[in-house]
Amino acid sequence: MTKENFGTYKLKTGLAEMLKGGVIMDVVTAEQAKIAQEAGAIAVMALERVPSDIRKEGGVARMSPPELIEEVKGAVSIPVMAKCRIGHFAEAQILEELGVDYIDESEVLTPADDEYHINKHDFKTPFVCGATNLGEALRRIGEGAAMIRTKGEPGTGNIVEAVRHLRTVNAGIREIVNAPYDELMTIAKNHGAPYDVIRRVKEEGRLPVPNFSAGGIATPADAVLAMQLGAEAVFVGSGIFKSENPLKFAKAIVEAVARFDDPKAVLEASRGLPAAMTGLEISKIPQEELMAPRGW
Amino acid sequence: MTKVIGILALQGAIEVHKKHIEALGAKALYVKREEDLDSIDALILPGGESSTMLKLINVFDMTDAIVKRLKEIPLLGICAGCILLAREVKQPEQFSFNMIDIEVTRNGYGTQQDSHEAQINGYDVTFIRAPIISKIGENVEILASHRDHPVWVKQGNVTVATFHPELNTQAPSPMHTQLFNLI
Repeated sequence: MTKENFGTYKLKTGLAEMLKGGVIMDVVTAEQAKIAQEAGAIAVMALERVPSDIRKEGGVARMSPPELIEEVKGAVSIPVMAKCRIGHFAEAQILEELGVDYIDESEVLTPADDEYHINKHDFKTPFVCGATNLGEALRRIGEGAAMIRTKGEPGTGNIVEAVRHLRTVNAGIREIVNAPYDELMTIAKNHGAPYDVIRRVKEEGRLPVPNFSAGGIATPADAVLAMQLGAEAVFVGSGIFKSENPLKFAKAIVEAVARFDDPKAVLEASRGLPAAMTGLEISKIPQEELMAPRGW
Repeated sequence: MTKVIGILALQGAIEVHKKHIEALGAKALYVKREEDLDSIDALILPGGESSTMLKLINVFDMTDAIVKRLKEIPLLGICAGCILLAREVKQPEQFSFNMIDIEVTRNGYGTQQDSHEAQINGYDVTFIRAPIISKIGENVEILASHRDHPVWVKQGNVTVATFHPELNTQAPSPMHTQLFNLI
């Protein structure tokens, strides 16, 4: 038998490749996970409270209880992801022990470390991390993240921050692609990003790992906007199970994402939907309650 | 005439096939709609989430057109694509196109932690939440095995692999070359 390797970076980014063009849905019960799978989700994110409830109820938001994650794993055949707090490597170790398919070191939960993120190279399980700009994305990749998702502002049903973050990351990539090699070190310094990852962006003309979008997607059109701005898949949190008919809403977003470049198909997917979640105006949220700025 | 190899482009790892197809001197075409099926000489059903792909084929009303075209041209099913082409699917049971006489067990190795890199016929490949071919019919030829199970098999014009050759940047892969030679 030839040599086999487990937990390599290629396997981690490889799973992210398989998720492209799909919708990852937040679920808080096994029942919701089944609805998400029935609607065509490519993966589910098992968590205790969706971001809009975390926002409403306040308090410290932590990793989900193991029982919940096990129930969700038992209920579906698609990949199951779960969140740990920023810097909380002990929670990440528990999630790895539970055998989740992806760990999200997430700003949606209350950070456990206000200075450092997890060294994700230490784990066999792949990690996804949020980013608001290119430097943040490349620092996470440097730490071992195998997938980036632009953060948006979770639990708001307001797409404006997700759009800003996608455009900011794209602008950063364009800057690097257009720069000569002798300017890359200063660019790395300005972005606070590792030089070797900056070089990979220059050589590949894109982020070296798949780039998905999250935070504030509430309608099929929101998901399509993110896809046309360059996201390769989308995470939908509160948007689905805070709508009036989750199954119908989830199906519509899946269909719209699969044909995001075809307005006729997106129109069809958008017809006859019940009300979307009520959104929040970002400027009305107290500064200290914003989630996107969490991350160092 | 340049041969055109289609990639079913509803969801999954689609673009990574392009370099393998172009390395063979063929043209890659992303098959998103029924009419795209008319302009291809062979079709790759890529890796991704098989249950999502099935739902999209159904919602977009493409089942009849796909079934008709699958019978006419050489096919390569990879991972999720292998599941779609099988005669029967287990764990859980789900609809499949029955284009090759095999039974496939989904996520046969376990979760992502059981995903692994290995070599198939000297070529580096990845098994990512891969299915296992649990039964094969007598007319199915085994092209490669791994851990006592067939992982690359062929029946007539149809080849399937449970692993991913497309993530290897060394192009073309033996599996893409095999498909090309069937045209």
